[in-house]
Amino acid sequence: MKVRVELTRRPEIADPQGTTIKRALEDLNFTGVTSVRVDKVFHLEIEADDPEDVRKKVGEMCQQLLANPVLEDFEIEIEG
Amino acid sequence: MRTAVVAFPGSNCEHDVVRAIEGLGGEAALVWHRETDLSGFDGVVLPGGFAHGDALRTGAIARFSPIMDAVISAAEEGKPVLGICNGFQILCEAGLLPGALIANRELAFICRYVEVEVVDTDSILTRQARSGQVLRIPLNSYEGNWIDPSGTGRVLMRYVSDPNGSSGRAAAVGNEAGNVVGIMPHPERATDLLLGSEDGKTLLDGFLHSLTAA
Repeated sequence: MKVRVELTRRPEIADPQGTTIKRALEDLNFTGVTSVRVDKVFHLEIEADDPEDVRKKVGEMCQQLLANPVLEDFEIEIEG
Repeated sequence: MRTAVVAFPGSNCEHDVVRAIEGLGGEAALVWHRETDLSGFDGVVLPGGFAHGDALRTGAIARFSPIMDAVISAAEEGKPVLGICNGFQILCEAGLLPGALIANRELAFICRYVEVEVVDTDSILTRQARSGQVLRIPLNSYEGNWIDPSGTGRVLMRYVSDPNGSSGRAAAVGNEAGNVVGIMPHPERATDLLLGSEDGKTLLDGFLHSLTAA
C-alpha cells in the first residue's frame, strides 16, 4: 500500500529556508509572492491490506519519529 | 566520580570532551550508543557532531539509540546530563528539554567565537559562573536556532549579540531542576589558551562539581 505523509511546519514557527527562497524569487522579479513555506513529504510503501490499520500505524510512526510535535503537524494520505 | 561521554555514529566532539574533563581533573569514559547501562556513572555528556548523519532531523534518530533510556533515567534521578551542540538537539528531541532547534536564521553554518552572558547560575553548567559574566566560546552549528513555543525553557546563557535567531538569544537552556542542560556553543573547545580561550573551564568545572554534589 502506498502512503503519502506530509509534514507541515506550524505557522508560528519560523521557516528560514522559506524566507530565503521568497527573497530569491523577489530578486528574480517574481512579484506578488507573499509567503513561501518549505515542508516535507514522505512516500512510504507498506505491506498491508486494511487502509485503516495502515493509517493507524503511520500515525504512530509520525508521533514517535517522523514528525517533531514541537514544530510540525502531519497529514496521512493512503494512495492505494 | 565518572562521566559517561556518549559516542553516537557521527559524533565528532566526544574525544574533546573527555580530554577537557580530564584536563580539569575529572574522570570520563566513552560509552557507545548501543550500550544500555549507565549505572557506573555519575553524570552524562552528549557531545557535538552529527549523530546518525542528522537524518530526518538533528537528534531525531539518536533519540532512539539504545543508550537513551539510560540517559533519560539518569536525568530523572537528578544526575547531571549535559548536551553540547548536537547533544542539545538530542535532548530536545528526547523531550528532556523543551523546544526544538531549527536552521540558523541566515541559513549559514556558523563557526566562530561568540560572547555569551550567564543569566542564571542555578544549574549544573552555570553554578561556578557569576550572573552577568560574559564568556567567549566557539559556536559551530547550522541548526542552532532554539525555538520554544511552550515558553517553559529556562534560559541560562544568552548570546551578547544574536548570531542565529535563537529565542531570547538563548545559548544554553536548562530544565526546571537545572540538572539537564543543553548548550549550543562548545565549552570543551575553550579549555586552553593555546586554542584562543579557556572560558569553557568555568562551565565544565560547574558540571564536575555537580557530580560531587549529586
